[in-house]
Parts: sequence; C-alpha cells; structure tokens
Amino acid sequence: MPETPTTLATTPAGADAQDREFTVEQRSQFQLVLRRFLQHRLAMVSLVVLVLVVLLAYVGGWLWKYEAGQITPDNSQPPSFDHPFGTDAVGKDQFAQVLRGTRISLQISVMVALLSTFVGTLWGAVAGYFGGVVDSAMMRFSDLVLTLPLIAVAAMLAHLFGGSWYLIAMVIAGLTWAYVSRVARSVVLSLREKEFVEAARALGATDTRIILRHLVPNSLGSIIVNATLLVATAILTETALSYLGFGVQNPDTSLGLLVSEAQTALTTRPWLFYFPGLFIILIALTINFIGDGLRDALDPQQRKVRQ
Amino acid sequence: MTAPAMHESGSAATDPEPILSARNLVKHFPIRSTGLVRRQVGVVHAVCDVSFDLGPGETLGLVGESGCGKSTTARLVLNLIEATSGQVFYNGTDLTALSAKKMRELRRDLQIVFQDPYASLDPRMPVNEIVAEPLRIHGRYDDAGKTQVRDLLRTVGLKPEHGNRFPHEFSGGQRQRIGVARALALRPKVLVLDEPVSALDVSIQAGVLNLLDELQSELGLSYLFVSHDLSVVRHTADRIAVMYLGRIVETGTASELFEGPAHPYTQALISAIPLPDPRKQRARERITVVGDVPSPADPPSGCRFRTRCPKFAAELSDAERSRCVEEVPELVDRGQGHPAACHYAERKVLI
Repeated sequence: MPETPTTLATTPAGADAQDREFTVEQRSQFQLVLRRFLQHRLAMVSLVVLVLVVLLAYVGGWLWKYEAGQITPDNSQPPSFDHPFGTDAVGKDQFAQVLRGTRISLQISVMVALLSTFVGTLWGAVAGYFGGVVDSAMMRFSDLVLTLPLIAVAAMLAHLFGGSWYLIAMVIAGLTWAYVSRVARSVVLSLREKEFVEAARALGATDTRIILRHLVPNSLGSIIVNATLLVATAILTETALSYLGFGVQNPDTSLGLLVSEAQTALTTRPWLFYFPGLFIILIALTINFIGDGLRDALDPQQRKVRQ
Repeated sequence: MTAPAMHESGSAATDPEPILSARNLVKHFPIRSTGLVRRQVGVVHAVCDVSFDLGPGETLGLVGESGCGKSTTARLVLNLIEATSGQVFYNGTDLTALSAKKMRELRRDLQIVFQDPYASLDPRMPVNEIVAEPLRIHGRYDDAGKTQVRDLLRTVGLKPEHGNRFPHEFSGGQRQRIGVARALALRPKVLVLDEPVSALDVSIQAGVLNLLDELQSELGLSYLFVSHDLSVVRHTADRIAVMYLGRIVETGTASELFEGPAHPYTQALISAIPLPDPRKQRARERITVVGDVPSPADPPSGCRFRTRCPKFAAELSDAERSRCVEEVPELVDRGQGHPAACHYAERKVLI
C-alpha cells in the first residue's frame, strides 16, 4: 500500500490523495473469493474442462453431422474419423448419442442441485433459526428422508412417474434436499447466536427477513460448495437409475442409459461402453474439484493464497 | 442532519415523567442437565428485582463487573429477551405485554448499540445496506433513502463514499460509528448503549464518546449507558446505577456517587480508579474486595455482597452481621442523600 507523503490537512489535493489511498484497496468479498478461486489450479483446470464438455454437448451436438438417434449405414464401426466414438449395432453414431446423453445428464443434475439446494436451505435455515420443537420436528422429517435408500426409492418413484428427465430430476431432488438441510441447519445454528442477528431483531426485523437477508447469505459459502457436490451426486444417481432401467427411457437417452445399453456389447464393441463412461467420470470429477476449490476460496481461514 | 433540536440542558433531568422505566425486572436462566432428559437443575439469577427510571434527554449509567447482569438488563429493557417477571414502561406502555408485531413497531423509538463492533454488523452487507436496513424494515426507505443514508454516515463522521464497502474493511472505531448510524436511522428516543466503547482503543473511545455526547444534545436522545468502566461512565452519565450480582446496590447522580459513595461495593470500585497523581495515588484510602464473584446460580442469602464485603469482614460485630445474612437490604436512602442497598451504608469521600 503506497504511503501518502502529504500530511493530513494541507491542501485539498492532500485530502484527495487520502481518499484514494483508501479506495484503491477496495475489494469486495466477492472479488476476494474470486481471486482465491482463480489461484486454485486444480479447480481452474476442472472448470475449463467442464466448460468445454458443456460447450461440446450443447454447441457440438448441434454442429455435428449426425443427429442423436439417426441411423447411419455404417453399423458396428470402431472409432474412426467419420465416427469418433464408433457406431452401435444398428448404426447410430455414438458421438452424437454421447453428446445428447451428456445434455440430458447435465440438465438433470443441475436441476437437482437447484431444487434440492433451494428446498434444503430454506428447510434447514428455518429449523435452525427457530430451534426447539420446530427444529426437532423438521429435522426428524429430514432424517427420515435421509434413511431412505436413495437408489431403491428413486427407482420405485421413477418407475411410477415415468421417464422424462425433469421427473427423474424431481425424484432425485426429493431425496437429496435432506443433505442440504443438515448442512444449512448446522451453519445457521452457529450464525443465529451472532450479534448481528440480535441487532437485526433489535431493529424490528421479522423472522423472515432475518432468515432471508442475514442467515441464508451468510451460510451461502458452505451451501454453494454443497450444491456443486450435489451436481456430481445427481449425475451418478441418474446414471445408476438409468443403468437399472428406471431412469431416462428410450428414445431419450442419458449417459447412464448409454452405458447400460452397451454392457451387453462390452466384449464385441467396447467403445460403446467406454466413451459414455469417460464422460460420466469427467463431469463428476471436474465438478468435485470445482467444489473443493470453491470451499477453499470461500473459507477465510484458508490463508494459503497470497493476499 | 436537520434534526428537530429538542433542546435539553445537559444536566440531570428532574422531569417527573420518565420516558423509560423498569419495574422489578427479574430474569432467571434455566440450567439444564446434560444427557438425554434435560431436566432443569437450577437457575442463574442474572437479574433480580431491578428498577430504574430514565428521563428524557438523560444518560443513566449502569455499571458493574463482568457477569453482574448489566447486558441482560439492557436486553430486558428492549424486550430482546423475555423477562421472567417485572415490567418495562416506555411512555406508559408496558413493553413486556406487547405482541411481537406491536413491539416491532415500537423498536423505532428504542435502539441499541452493541459492544462488539466486529460481531454486530452483518459481514455480507455493504455499509449502505446496513445503515439503510432499519429504514427498509419500517418502510421508510423511499426516494430520499439514499441521501438519508449519506447524511447518517456524515453525522457519525464517516465519508459517504465508504458506503459501498464491507464492515471488514473498517477499523473498530469506524465500525462502531456504523453501528451508531444504524441505531440513529429511525430517529429513536432512547438509545441503549451496551458497552459501546469497551472493545475500542482508548484513543478511539474518546472520539466515539464525544460523538455520542454531541448526538444527545443535538437529537435529544436518552441513553442507557451500560459499562464496566467507571471513568467512562463518570464522563458521560447524569445518573449512575451500580449493579452487583443482578441487583442494583446504589444509585444516584454521578457527582453524588463519586463524591460520597455509601455502599462498600461502590466504594471499592471508586477507590480502584487510578489517580493521575502518584502522590495522591499512594496516599489514598484503598478499599479492596477479596475473592471472586459468587456463582449467580447460588447467590448468597441476605446481602449478596456480604461474602466479599470489607465492612462485613472487618468492621461489623457478629450481631450486625446476622442482619446482613438474613435480611436483603433494600435500595433506600439511609441518610446519605441517595439510595444504597446496604444496612450499614456510610458515606465516604474517596476522590
């Protein structure tokens, strides 16, 4: 920080210089977090890879010469220039299929993350803020949801409600919000004892205002991290569901469904199996690393990064 | 600020109509056992039978050592925690009987400045928002809101340009000024100051205290000034109430109390204020208190101060002591010119 040589009240220019001395260093909390995140190498690499995958899925699928589900004359082709990921027994281009599957899988996982984060955060914040009987009742309910075996219940529900991607997403979200609510509650439990919450109450703020304007924004750090991890969980859950045949149904496709369809051809046409699998790993892994990076960046105790 | 200059002579208001009064406030916190069934195994007697009046434009200092119930009293007065029994009257309205909604409306007139300027400001809100929050809550943030916030920041000696920054970018003194600006935003009548300067450096303390002083004469505020620092209270308060273990042991105008303290506890506190003159400091009579504060979960019978009272230990006869053990001394004037809760109250000149 440059030291201003001028004394306090010499000239108007001196006062200006003083002003600047303070404003130069102005950095919002968001900027601080961003800087820390940008310096987290693994997270940045993951972010770039993920963005590439997303671009490939949405833009690439549109530009590619074959459409998903389109039957080409070449069947059972190993990867080549014409079909980078090969083709299946009826001649569907696997590259187009994988891009389409990635799109659906990403849509499902992002929707799961948004839905369960929204519901879980509010649920946990309300329980943690009011405490007592409200807390007990609400948290016992989310404990109950947590005890349900995710895959089994999701499989049953998905079977009942059919195979469109947003229904699958809602089913998965209906079972994962309870994790978020636990995290949100634990953060709010410590936040509500803080003096700024009491200050808000002294100003006459309503409970709703305190929860939405003070508690939720302050617990956002852990919640965002949790949301990214949820994206990965959702991708894997959807994969498992589709693999079991309860997820996305033909003619729609997802990465999990592609893997499941290819398992019979594992020995004869292994490319059908490995490419969608690779995309699943790629997405789940990069998102987990991004979550790690976000957690480190949002935690002010973490002072590895140069200030 | 173009505040209505409610002119008050800075001295003790002898107005018979207090703006805020506490009557027999009691707060007990339950102590629960650990384990599966959390039975109540006792109570902490945080505040016991505390009554006081605060006149318009007056500053009432509430002093006492850590854990004596000062801050609890301050929160009871604002109805931030529910009183076990007793009432608080603001302009004749009993706050303890109000519904949550009515109370929220009344909070316009009763505001608080907290002790810790690092904890009492939401770290995620820029200063502009912090100061504007009370206005928004009470639906007073209109087109003029922005200028209002700027004016408030200027009033407490901050630059309006600072508004876009976050609390962590300010020093302790600046943060406390933000806290004061927030408390002033609704033009309150009564300001509860809960150790407003004890977290600050001495050099900064003076600045904040002077600011509070100016604001009081400018806006006609009444202060309930909670502090453990007697010299600070002497500087700011018109009247002082001394607390010990949940009870008020002595009360009077600042000069009465400092020139002739009657309760042994007050005497001990005053004799512990360092004097700037080493000669006087060495020659003065020191009244020392031994031991620690008894547990508020199990306060001594009769006079709560007797376990540490130098008078009880050295001067009183056994017959006199039994009165201290058996009878709770009332807070009445026993001929010292102001009320003191000691059976054997005696004026002493210490400064």
